[in-house]
Amino acid sequence: MIGQVLNAILAVVVALVAAGAYFWGSNWLLDKFLRSDAGVSPGASVRNDRLRTSIRPWLFLAPALLFLSLYLVYPVFETVRLSLMNNNSTRFIGLSNYLWAINDANFRQSLLNNFLWLLIVPALSTAFGLVIAVLADRLWWGNIAKSLVFMPMAISFVGASVIWRFVYAYRGPDQAQIGVLNALATGMGFAPQNWLTNIPWNSFLLMVILIWIQTGFAMVILSAALRGIPEETLEAARIDGANEVQIFFTIMIPQITSTLIVVWTTITITVLKVFDIVFAMTGGQFQTEVLANLMYSWMFRSGDFGRGSTIAVVILIAVMPIMIWNIRNANREQGTR
Amino acid sequence: MSTVSASPAAPAATAEPASAFARLRIGRIAANLALLLIVALWTFPTAGLLISSVRDADQLALSGWWTSLTTSEATGAAALGTAADQTDEDGQYVISGDILADGTSFTVSAVGITSREPGAFGVGEPVEMRDGGILTVDETGAYRWTSATPFAHERGPRVYYVASEPPRFTFDNYVSVLTANGIGQSFINSLTVAIPATVVPILIAAFAAYALAWMSFPGRGILVAIIVGLLVVPLQMSLIPILRIYNGIALTFGGEAKGYLGVWLAHTAFGLPLAIFLLRNYMVGLPREIMESARMDGATHFQIFVTMVLPLSFPALASFAIFQFLWVWNDLLVALIFLGSQDTELVLTGRLVNLLGTRGNNWELLTAGAFVSMIVPLIVFFSLQRYFVRGLLAGSVKGG
Repeated sequence: MIGQVLNAILAVVVALVAAGAYFWGSNWLLDKFLRSDAGVSPGASVRNDRLRTSIRPWLFLAPALLFLSLYLVYPVFETVRLSLMNNNSTRFIGLSNYLWAINDANFRQSLLNNFLWLLIVPALSTAFGLVIAVLADRLWWGNIAKSLVFMPMAISFVGASVIWRFVYAYRGPDQAQIGVLNALATGMGFAPQNWLTNIPWNSFLLMVILIWIQTGFAMVILSAALRGIPEETLEAARIDGANEVQIFFTIMIPQITSTLIVVWTTITITVLKVFDIVFAMTGGQFQTEVLANLMYSWMFRSGDFGRGSTIAVVILIAVMPIMIWNIRNANREQGTR
Repeated sequence: MSTVSASPAAPAATAEPASAFARLRIGRIAANLALLLIVALWTFPTAGLLISSVRDADQLALSGWWTSLTTSEATGAAALGTAADQTDEDGQYVISGDILADGTSFTVSAVGITSREPGAFGVGEPVEMRDGGILTVDETGAYRWTSATPFAHERGPRVYYVASEPPRFTFDNYVSVLTANGIGQSFINSLTVAIPATVVPILIAAFAAYALAWMSFPGRGILVAIIVGLLVVPLQMSLIPILRIYNGIALTFGGEAKGYLGVWLAHTAFGLPLAIFLLRNYMVGLPREIMESARMDGATHFQIFVTMVLPLSFPALASFAIFQFLWVWNDLLVALIFLGSQDTELVLTGRLVNLLGTRGNNWELLTAGAFVSMIVPLIVFFSLQRYFVRGLLAGSVKGG
C-alpha cells in the first residue's frame, strides 16, 4: 500500500527531473548553437541574438502548450466533431443527435433543471455571501464566523453530499427520525418525507448543497471588495445621516458591482458543470437530472459517444457567453498594463 | 485555526468609529444574532457528521445525533434465579444475581413484575413477588430476593426493567471503515493520484507564466486570451476525446487504458490554465527594476527565472498548489473516467459514492468514511487558509 505512494513520489521526481532537464537543456542548446559572443562574426551575432530572443519564449511555453492543446483545445474540436457522429463514432449523421436531444424528455428535464440551478444557486450564494461579509466585518468574532462558513469550500462535493444525505435521511413514520430535516418536520407535526424522491422539492434540496458550498467563496471575494471601499466614503454618508441599511444599498452595492458580477459568473460556471452532487445524491433520478450527469450516463452507461458529445457541446455553448466576457475583460486589463 | 484574512493590503477589521457607539444597540444585537444564526446553520450539518461518526452504531440508528449527549432509555426483561440457586443466610433464604447481562453500560431506573408496567417500582424499592418473598434491585441490576420460607419454584419468574444507557462514543466506526470497507486503501489511492497531479503542473506552468509575463513575442496577447478562455471550458468537453486517445494507445501498445499515469497527465493538463493564469498575474506584478537590472548584468531569462522569479513567486505557487491539491483530492469525475474501479485504484470520492449506493443506511460507516475523506483537505485548508484566500482573490477578481 505504501509502495504505491512511493511510486507516486517516484513519478513526481521523474517528472520534475524530466521537466528540469528539458528546460535547462533546451536553453543550454539554444545558447550553444546560436552564440553571439566573440567567437562569431558581428552580423551573425546580431542575427543569433534576434533568433534566440524569438525562440526562447516558445521553449518556455512548449510543454504547457503541448498539454493544453492535447487535453483542452483539440478535445473541443473533437467533441464537436463526435457530436455529429453516431454512437460509436463510425458514421456521420449530421445534426441527428441534436434533434434527438431536443425531443428527448430527459434532456429537456436536464435543461430545465440546469436553468433552475442557474437562477437560484448563484443568486442565493452571492446574497448570503454578501450578507455574511457585511455582518462579519463589523463584529469582533467575524473572522471565526467567516472561517466556519468558508470551510465547506474545502470539502469534496461527494463529502458534502454525504453530509446532506444525512440531513435529509428518512425513516418510516413509526421510527425515530435521525435526519435533521425530518426530525424538524415530525417535531412540527408533519409526516416524515422521503425528501430525495419528493418531486419537485428534491431538486431544490440538491441546490441547497451547492449554495452551502459556494457561499463561502462569494463571502471571501465580496468581503475583500467591501474592505476596498474607502472609509471616507462611508464616513461621509454617516455624517450625512444615512443609516446602515441605506449605506448598504446606496454606497456599498454600487461600489462592488463589478465584483458581484465576477462572483456571480464564477458560480454560474460551477453550476453549469455540477455533476458530483446529483450523481451521488439521486443519480439523476426523480426528475433531478442535470446536463453533466446526463452526459456521463450517455457516455458511460450507454457508451454512446455521439450523444454524450452532443450534451457536452450544449454545456460548452451555455458557458460560451461568460467565456467571451472573461476574455474581453482580460484583454482590457492587458491594454492598460 | 487561522482565520480568513481577506486581502493583504486591506486594513484590519473595519475600525469602528466612535459615533457608532451612539447608534442603536439593537442593530448590533440583531447583527450578532443574524450572523450567529447563519453560522449555526452552516456548521450544523458538518457537526452532525462528525458527532455521528464517533457514536455507537446501535445508538446512531436509534436516535438523532443531536440527542447523542443525552441518555437513551430502553426496557427489557430478565429471568430470576430458581429455587436451586437459593442460599441460606442466617435463617433467611436468598436468591441473588444480576438482571442485566454482563458488560452492558445500562443503569436500571425502575423495575416491574408485569410487562404492562415494566417500571412500576423504583430502584431499591421492595417488590412483593407472587412466588413469595421480597425482591430488591439496585441500579447496577444486582438483585436480592429474600424470603423467610424456602423457595420451591423451578422456573425463574420474569422481571421487567426500565434501563437508561449513557451515550457511548467509539472509534470502532473508523476502524471498520478503514479496514473492512476499503476506505484506508482508497486514502492511499487518493494520495497516489494527488501528489504528482499537484506537483507536476507547477513547474510547467511557472515557465509558461514567466514567458507570458516577461518575454515579448508575437501572439502573446492571443495566448493569454486563450488561457483565460480555457479556464472555463467545461471538463466534459475533454472526457470523450481523451478517453478515445487512451483507448487507442492501450489498443496499439498494449496495457491498460485506465491507470494512474493517465490520471496524472489529465489532472496536470486540466490544472494548467488556472496555474498559468494565477502565476502570470502574480509575476506581472513583480518589480520591473529588478528584472531589468539583472538583464543589464547579463543574466539570461533562464537565470532570472530560476534564481529570482521562482523564489519571489512562492506565495502564488503555494496558492495554486493548494487549489490543485484540493481540486484533485475532491475530484470525482476525472477519477471515475480515467481510473479503474478496482480496489487499488478507487479513490476516496469514488469509494464514498459506492458506499452511498451499497450501504446507504449504515450511517456509522458513511459518516466515518466521509470524515476520513475530509480530514486532509480540512487540515490543508485551515493551516494554509491565507494562501488559499489569496489565490481565490487573484484568480477571480483580477481576471474576472
